[in-house]
Amino acid sequence: MDKIRTEHLYFYYGRKQALWDINIAIPERRITALIGPSGCGKSTFLRCLNRMNDTIPRTRAEGRVYLDGQDIYSPDTNVVELRRRVGMVFQRPNPFPASVFDNVAFGPRVLGLYSRAELADVVEESLRSAGLWDEVKDNLRQDALSLSLGQQQRLCIARVVAVKPEVILMDEPCSALDPIATLKIEDLMRALSKEYTIVIVTHNMQQAARASDFTAFMLSDAERTGQLIEFGPTADVFTRPRDKRTEDYITGRFG
Amino acid sequence: MRQTPRVRWGEFAIESLIRVIGFSTVGFVIIIFLFLLREGLPAFAQINLDNLFGTRWYPTFGLFGTLPLVLGSALITITAIVIALPLGVATAVFVREVAPNWAREILKPMIEVLAGIPSVVLGFFGMTLVAPIVRETFGAPTGLVAFTGALILAYMSLPTIISVAEDALDAVPKLYRDAGLAMGATQWQTIWRVVVPAARSGILTAVMLGMGRAIGETMAVMMVTGNAARMPLGLDALFRPVRTMTATIAAEMGEVAHGSVHYHALFAIGIILFVITFLINLAAASTMFRKRRRGGLR
Repeated sequence: MDKIRTEHLYFYYGRKQALWDINIAIPERRITALIGPSGCGKSTFLRCLNRMNDTIPRTRAEGRVYLDGQDIYSPDTNVVELRRRVGMVFQRPNPFPASVFDNVAFGPRVLGLYSRAELADVVEESLRSAGLWDEVKDNLRQDALSLSLGQQQRLCIARVVAVKPEVILMDEPCSALDPIATLKIEDLMRALSKEYTIVIVTHNMQQAARASDFTAFMLSDAERTGQLIEFGPTADVFTRPRDKRTEDYITGRFG
Repeated sequence: MRQTPRVRWGEFAIESLIRVIGFSTVGFVIIIFLFLLREGLPAFAQINLDNLFGTRWYPTFGLFGTLPLVLGSALITITAIVIALPLGVATAVFVREVAPNWAREILKPMIEVLAGIPSVVLGFFGMTLVAPIVRETFGAPTGLVAFTGALILAYMSLPTIISVAEDALDAVPKLYRDAGLAMGATQWQTIWRVVVPAARSGILTAVMLGMGRAIGETMAVMMVTGNAARMPLGLDALFRPVRTMTATIAAEMGEVAHGSVHYHALFAIGIILFVITFLINLAAASTMFRKRRRGGLR
């Protein structure tokens, strides 16, 4: 079952073309990894899926992106509603400069949930599903910025989970973390994929191989930035790539 | 590589010059403060403390109660800030977060020009335009009241508040805005629940700098507040004339005999004012310092 499907998706930063004819079907409740060298459009593609690129002036998307069959770039899309369904975790942990509790409670409060007891439940549940509850339960009032980076990133995941999205986009969520914190995030992704569709951008090919069900390989050439070269089950992409360029990349011949 | 004596000497001369100029700034502040102390401290010896901190300021009768002046200054400064804070923060949010680029390019320099309007012009504006409106709207016997002064002071402190608050908003990392938006917060929710709280220490600094500006203001205040040295107590105090510390010094300094008790009393007011503004600036600086220590946040 496809959660997200794109048809002939092109993207431009001003005049600069950044995505070229992306056609992909991202399966529901699976982890899809986007790999490729720097500047190949992975993050741009990811940010098309919840229209975060809208916040950058003079950008333009062409083509179709369907979420459950609905075109999210159609004029009657409610972008705020879309982002509630498609949450995002960023490259650098970015908790708000507030307490752990307030960070996780942010989303529910924005959605209009104010009852103290209900908030406390949502916060606990979200922190548990982000594997952070046991580490912070004794002091939910502590400053989120006093946590370690790995904890901060899991807090950001809890913050997203608290909104109960359907899809979680992760933009190189481990690039600022040490290997142990990275492994924790990967375990967490595995657990979350039972309920959520996860799309992760990663620079780290071992990570893609270890932690994803499907892998998309993207590449730019001289004329066309941001092409999708190959997409398939992770095992296939890494063991029997169909395209020579994918093989060159995963065997470390470039990138 | 060896330097010629000529180069070394030139280097030394420039360095010393810069050092002297740098230290002299500090020196001038100290000299002014010492002068203020020398002229003002005798008042504390010559006038009974009961009298000096009493409620009646009638120098002709030997009554030097500074309390009505301190409270007068406090009343209009606080009222001014209460008016200017929401306006200033809202304007800063508009300029930084909402306005399109071309509007921001026009608005920012305009706000800076606003800061450059001489206070006597604002005083004149207040006397001839604002005071009649206040008189008619609130049915006060005269328009030259505390509230008029507060309005003018609010207007004067707005540029400071706006530009400092805007800088604070500007310093909030884009990551925070993205996090808010990506969670399905509207633009307004993101501004109100993420950006403004993240900038709160900067906004606090803005308020305190605005306050410092307002409490020290003399000319405009003297022109529009009616200058009656009465205790500004009671609910209608805002719509009665008041007199501030600054206006008292400015109005009376010209007519006192050098070295008289009255003369020293005016300097004593100066010391009180100096201490108050010093404390406000200190508070502003310490919040800024705290912000820096926390890596630019809070």
